[in-house]
Amino acid sequence: MFTEDIYTLSLPYREDMAVKGFRFGKGEKSACIIGPMRGNGVQQMYICAGLVKALKELEAKGCINSGREVMVIPVVNSYSMNIGMRFFGVESADIRRQFPGREWGDAAERLAAAVFGRVKDYSFGIQLTSFHMAGDSVPHIRMIENGYQNASLANLFGLPFVVVRKPQPIDTKTLNYNWQSRKTAAFSLYTNNNESVDEESAKQAVAAILRFLTRMGVIRYESHSGYISHVLTEKDLTDVNTMCGGIFRRKAKVGQEIRYGNAIAEIIDPYNGNIKETILAPTDGIVFFAHSESLIAEGDVAYQLVHRLHE
Amino acid sequence: MVKTVFSIGLSTGENLVIKKNRLEGEGFLGKGKRVAIVSGIHGDELEGQYVCYEMIRRLKANPEYLEGTIDVYPALNPIGLTVADRMIPKLEKDLNRMFPGNRQGGTFDRAAAAVIQDLEGADLCIDVHASSRFVKEIPQVRICEEFAKKLIPYAKHMNVDMVWTNATETVHESTLAHSMNVKGVPTLVVEMGLGMRINRNYGRQVVDGIFNLLSEMGIWKEKPRNIQFPVLSTDGEVEFIRAECSGMFIPAIEHSHFVKKGDKIGEIIVPIEGRVEKEIIAGKDGLVFTLREYPMVSEGALLARILTDIRTKKTKEAE
Repeated sequence: MFTEDIYTLSLPYREDMAVKGFRFGKGEKSACIIGPMRGNGVQQMYICAGLVKALKELEAKGCINSGREVMVIPVVNSYSMNIGMRFFGVESADIRRQFPGREWGDAAERLAAAVFGRVKDYSFGIQLTSFHMAGDSVPHIRMIENGYQNASLANLFGLPFVVVRKPQPIDTKTLNYNWQSRKTAAFSLYTNNNESVDEESAKQAVAAILRFLTRMGVIRYESHSGYISHVLTEKDLTDVNTMCGGIFRRKAKVGQEIRYGNAIAEIIDPYNGNIKETILAPTDGIVFFAHSESLIAEGDVAYQLVHRLHE
Repeated sequence: MVKTVFSIGLSTGENLVIKKNRLEGEGFLGKGKRVAIVSGIHGDELEGQYVCYEMIRRLKANPEYLEGTIDVYPALNPIGLTVADRMIPKLEKDLNRMFPGNRQGGTFDRAAAAVIQDLEGADLCIDVHASSRFVKEIPQVRICEEFAKKLIPYAKHMNVDMVWTNATETVHESTLAHSMNVKGVPTLVVEMGLGMRINRNYGRQVVDGIFNLLSEMGIWKEKPRNIQFPVLSTDGEVEFIRAECSGMFIPAIEHSHFVKKGDKIGEIIVPIEGRVEKEIIAGKDGLVFTLREYPMVSEGALLARILTDIRTKKTKEAE
C-alpha cells in the first residue's frame, strides 16, 4: 500500500488539510473508490476505511491481480468533518457540486480539480455518498443516465437495487457525471445511513465493492454472490408525500414489503398529540426510502416505494 | 394588493407563505403589460428588500403614471431571510437551483413550481440579488449568453454600471432566471452590494433603472432623469484576482475605483507573525467592480475582479 497526498490546502488558523489516497497494486488504473465530500458522511468514510483495511490484507496475501491498481480516497473534506459542518470553507461550498473543478478557481474548485485530475483515468469509479433526502434508503447503486451508463456492470456489486437516474442540470457538476463523460464507469453506492456508523450496512458495502472488484478481475476475493440486482429508473419509485406537517411517526422500515392501503405512517399534531394524518400506502411495493427525522413538513417525501414489487 | 402566491404547512404550527404585492394602473385592471420584481431567493441577500420597498413606495406615490401591472415578490425564501441563510434552512438546498420546481414534489419543489406558475405570462421579470457577504459588487445585470440577444436591449435601460454576459451560475440552468427565460419571459438578474447589508444608493440607482425600463416599455409615464448607459462586458474582459495564500486580506483601494496595472490592490497579512505574506497587485488597468469585504481568505478566495478596457468601451458605446 502506498499513501499519497492528492491535495494539500493551507488554511488560516488550522493545520493544512490533506486529501490522502491509498494505492494498492501497480499498473493499469483499474478502480478508484472515493469517500464523502460533505462533512456529515461518517458512514461513507467508515466504509472507505474498512475497504483500505481489507485491501491492505488482500495485497499482503498477493490477491491484487497483476497489472491492476486500486485507489481509495477515504475522505475528501476532513475540514468540515472535524467541525461538524456539511459544506466546505467559510463560503460553505458544496464540493460535490464542483466537478470537474478549476485549477485557478476558488478553494473548493481547486480541491475538486486536484481530486478529479488524480482520479479521472480509472476504468471504474465508485463514490460513497449520502442520499439527497434526509432518511434511510435500501442499499443500492445509482448511475447517471448520460449514454455511457452500464446497468449490467452495476449489477455486479450484488446489492438489491440499481437505480438509473436521468441527470438534472445540477448533476453536471458531480464527480460521477464527469467521470462518466470521460468514459469511466461510475457508480454511487448508498447504504442506509449517513451521519453515524451502521456496522451491518457498512460491512455490506465493503463486501459489495470487493465483490465488484473481483468480478472485474481486479482482485481475488472469495465472497457470497450477493443479489441479482433489480434495476429501476427513478420513474419506478412512487413518492409518498405528506398532506400536512407535524411529528412523523414511521410505521414501515426500509426494505419492508407493504400492501396497498397499509397504514405506513402517522403525522401527529405537535400541540395536542392528535393524529392529523394517517399515511396509507398508495400501492403494493417495497419501501425504498423512508424519512427518518421526527419532524416533517407538508409535501415532504415520507417514503419512496418500489411500485408493485414483492420480496 | 398583497396576495398569497403559495402557502404550505411546516411541521410546527406555521405555514411557509410566499406573498406578492400587485399594483395595477387605473383602467389597466387585467390589461396592459405585466412586470414582476422578485427577490429574496437567497436569505442572506437583503439589497432586494430595499429595491422592493422603494419600488412600491414610488408606485404608490404616483399611481397615475402606471399603465400596466407590477407584481413585487420580496421574499421567495422567507424562512431563509429570517435567519440570514442563503440556503433553505434545514434542507440546506439552494432554492435557486430548484427551478422550475415540481407541483407534486417536496415542499420547496412545490414552492418553486408555484412561483414559476405565478410569473408565467409576465412581459418581463427582474430577479434582484445581492452579492454574498464576502465580496462587494457594483450594480450590474448578469445575463446568460444563451439569451443575451433578447435580454441586452432590456438590460441597457437598467441604469446599472455594467451588464455582464455569461458571468456566473446565477444565470444558469435550474435558476429562476433560466427557467423563466426558457418559458419566454425575459428575465434579468441584478446583482449589487454586499450580503446581509443594504446600500441605499445602489438600491435607488437600480430602482431608477427599473422605472426607466418601465418607461421604455410604455408602462410608466414619467421618464427618470440622469440614466446612465452600462458597460457591456463578457467574461474575457474580466480579470479575476484570487488569493494564492491564506491569511487576512486588507484592501489598499476602495471598491468601484479605477486601477492601473501595477497598482497595489491590497495585502494578505499573517497576524501571528506581524508580517505581510503577499502584496496583491493589479495585472491590468480597469475598474475594480468586485472587492473582497470579508477579510479572512484561504487559497483561491476571490479578492477582486477588474473590468478591463472600460474607458475604451465607454467611449465606443457612448458613440
